[in-house]
Order: sequence, then structure tokens, then C-alpha cells
Amino acid sequence: MVWREDSENAGLSLVRFENVGLRYGIGGEILKDISFAIEPQSFQFLTGPSGAGKTTLLRLILLSLKPTRGLISLFGRDSGSLNKDAITALRRRIGVVFQDFRLLDHLTTYENVALPLRVQGRDESAYRGEVVELLRWVGLGERMHVLPPVLSGGEKQRAAIARALIVRPELLLADEPTGNVDPTLARRLLRLFTELHKSGTSVVIATHDLGLMDQFDGARRLVLGDSRLHIYE
Amino acid sequence: MVSLIQASRRTAAGQTDSDGEARLRRDMPLVPATSIAGRALVTVIAIMTFLAALTAGTAILIAEASQAWRASIGQEMTIQVRPAVGRDLDAETAKAVEIAAQTPGVASARAFSKAESEALLQPWLGAGLDLSELPVPRLIVLKLDGSGKLDAAALRSTLTDKVAGASLDDHRLWLARLSIMAKTVVFVAIVIFALVVVAMMLAVAFATRGAMAGSREIIEVLHFVGAADSFISRQFQRHFFRLGLRGGAIGGGTAILVFLSADAASSWWRATPSGDQIEAMFGSFALSPLAGATIVVMTAAIAGITGIVSRVIVFRHLRRLA
Repeated sequence: MVWREDSENAGLSLVRFENVGLRYGIGGEILKDISFAIEPQSFQFLTGPSGAGKTTLLRLILLSLKPTRGLISLFGRDSGSLNKDAITALRRRIGVVFQDFRLLDHLTTYENVALPLRVQGRDESAYRGEVVELLRWVGLGERMHVLPPVLSGGEKQRAAIARALIVRPELLLADEPTGNVDPTLARRLLRLFTELHKSGTSVVIATHDLGLMDQFDGARRLVLGDSRLHIYE
Repeated sequence: MVSLIQASRRTAAGQTDSDGEARLRRDMPLVPATSIAGRALVTVIAIMTFLAALTAGTAILIAEASQAWRASIGQEMTIQVRPAVGRDLDAETAKAVEIAAQTPGVASARAFSKAESEALLQPWLGAGLDLSELPVPRLIVLKLDGSGKLDAAALRSTLTDKVAGASLDDHRLWLARLSIMAKTVVFVAIVIFALVVVAMMLAVAFATRGAMAGSREIIEVLHFVGAADSFISRQFQRHFFRLGLRGGAIGGGTAILVFLSADAASSWWRATPSGDQIEAMFGSFALSPLAGATIVVMTAAIAGITGIVSRVIVFRHLRRLA
């Protein structure tokens, strides 16, 4: 893992929220006074009941939503001062696994996993071996020619995870990554995340699966409830 | 033995792997290539291109035909010698021929005989009439040598002074009218082409907005995996450029086929009186290299415009999203 200059040298948090609040329109705040930091090479679960705002918080980290108040900094940079190109550059350092996978149905599994490299303008022949190797590692070596509608739920989940991992992100955000798979596959996926964490990636897993969290005792828990965040180290 | 089998299995597996990689589908367009909206847009672009190409081709045909008429008329002049009381028309005609033949820039001067002049009137007055009592003017046809040395004003003045009843017709009025007609046709063709391009740009703008709405999830995913706006808009531009190229090729190709068919049909009718009239008006329908090149360039331009319009619309849309 190659750490970038601003997060490595400055010893800064990858993500820092300070008194962040978010409301839609004129309604009440759905997130209040959220303050936390995600440190390099850390592992945390983001949990809370359905509708508590886990996905919204992940979208704030991805800068696809702007907070109503407070400060968000990403890799040591204030999000308010970032232009579109800078946001794009920061997103390339983050891997995301969506709850509903978000695979593009007209692209094969291989093309979906290679997408983050393709959008960077890299030559296909330069990353082909890497993508094929990762697909085999997540058990999709035989399914790389297949379009997503043909894949099972578990296969889609693994393809989505492979797509998030292919850029060797510094930060991995996974939204309910085990929500659509059986317990055995859930354990396998968790092992995959822990291996990734050991290799130096910070991991945030949004889940309300207590069983999954119990399998990883050393993880920090960020619990959303009543629009506020409670942190259990 | 066992190791041999394992080695052969490894080789077979390796073969399968490399086959698998070789069969990988790569770099499919990120904007889905086929959709009902896409097919409708191809049809609209094909119709627009067809109309634009037909207009441009016809305008070029008429402009070229008019140029040919002007060139042939411009190489000739006519002296008319009207009968005058107490004058010998033949002698006056011979004098006019002599003056004209000695004028620099005139290659030849030939007087129509009385019989030829009467023959020219036959379609209006009928055959078998005695025209000797009528004051039928005599015509002298001058062929110019194309050197441009002819001073028409000086020749006109000399003829007026020395030949009774002579006048010089240099077809200037005809040439001016032909020129105006040709310019009008070309202007109308340019206006029609401009209207077609504007209509097509609007159609592409609507189609792009539709495609953006339909590809909202794709755009969101592309943003999350780190695609820059320029990359996303390039994908849409490429998609619409392909549609534009396909529509343009269909429309332009059909227009070329129409011209080729018209040319074949006109050569079929060439021997008939109506065929002669049409040929006199338009020349042959054969597409000149200029007309063919214009249609090809037009097709490419329409594809290019389609791509650029979609890129602009996508950029605006992405800016709004931001």
C-alpha cells in the first residue's frame, strides 16, 4: 500500500467530521453534531437501526452530499474548499461497496471490476492481469464474462467488493456488504475485509448485523441513534 | 507419472486461463449502445441528413448547370440588323460581319442566311408562308476567342455608327438573371441546411437529456468510482457521435442513391422531348465530385455536431448535479 503525502506526512486522519449537521429542505436535522475521525489503518463498524442515517453518513464521507453545517475534511483537506477535480481525485482514493451493488448491467463482471481503473484513463492491457487475479481471489474467475443480471446475489456482492478493492483504496466504505448473503458467505466477506485492513486499508462497514460485528472484536463501533453518533472504542 | 499428469493439468489450466483472458470483452461503451430512444434519434438524423443532402446536391447541380449556361452564352454575342427603308439588308449585314470579324477578341462572325432567319420564325408563324414582305431582321452570331480582348462597348458604338439598324446583344441581361437565379437557389439551400442543423441540434439536445435521465445511475456510479466530468461527457459524446454518424451515413447514402437513380432515369428518358427539357434545365443528374464530397462532409459534420451538442448538454447537466 502506498500512502499519499498529505495523509502520511502530516499524520492526518483520513476523514474528520466536526459538528456536522444535515437536514433536507426545511425539515429537522437528520444528523446532528456528528464529530468523529477515521484514522489510517483503522477498522470500524458503523451501525444503528434502519433509517438511522448510515448510508447518508457514508454519502457525506464521499462528498456526494454537502452538510448543512459543520466541517468535513478528507485526507487533510477541507471539503468546502474542494473543486470538482479535487473531489474526483479524492474519490479515487476511496473504495465503495454499495448496498444495492450498483453494477452496470450492460458491462461484464470483468468490465465492472475494471471500471475504476478505466475511468482513470489507464490502458486496458496494463490492468488486465490485475483485474483477472482479483476476480479469481474473490471466487469469480469463472464468471468474469458474465453480465450482472446473470450473477447470484452473493456473486454480485463479491463483484462490487472487487470493484472497490481494485484501486487499492486507502479507505474502504462498505454499505451493508453482508445484507444479501448467507451467514457462511458473510463470514468469508468479513475475512476479506480484515485481510484488506491488515494490508493497510482503513475500513468502514455500515451494518446492523450484530452477529457480524461480534466476529471482529477489535473494531471500533460508531453507533447512530436519534440523529447522533456514539462511539464505542 | 503423477507429476506428469499434474503438469499437463497445469498446462491445460493455464491454456484455459489465457483463453479466458483472450475472450474478455473489453471497453464496451459505458453508455448503453442500443435503446429505443437511440434508434429514434438515428432515424431523425437520417431523415434530416437526407433532406439536407438532397437540398445541397440539387443546389450544386443547378449552380453547376447555370455556370455551364453562362459559360456557353458568354462565349457568344449576337448582332441584329433590322431592315431599314432604302438600305440593302444583305449589304448592311455583310458590313456588320466584316466589322465584327476584324474586332479583337472575336473568333468568328457568321450571318444567318435569310432562309435560316425565316426558319427561326417558323415555330411561331408556321411553315409555307412567304416572309419576303415581312421586315425580318438578320442575325449575326459572333464566337468569341475567350481572350477577353473584346471591347463590347466599342463594337456596339462602331456598329451603330456604320451599319444602319444594327444592334449588339451581349446577353448581359440573361447572364444577370441566370446569376441571380443560381445565387437564390444556393441561398435557399443554405437556409434549409441551417434550419435542418438547428432542428437536429434540438433533437439531439432532447435525446441527450433523455439519455442522461435514463443513465442517472450509471453517472452516479461513474462519479463514485472516480470518473471526472470530462470522462463522463466524453462517453456521451462518443455515444451520440456514433448515432450521428450512423444516421448521417444512412441519410447521406440514401441521398446519393437517389441522385444515382435520377441520373440513371434521366439517361433512360434522354431521347424523349421531356427528357431533353429536364437535361437542358439541370444538365445530367450525375453527382459531380464537388456534390459527392459536399454530401460526405455534411454527413461527417452532422455526426460531429451531434457529438459536440451532446457533450455541451452533458457538461451543463453535470454542473447542475454538482
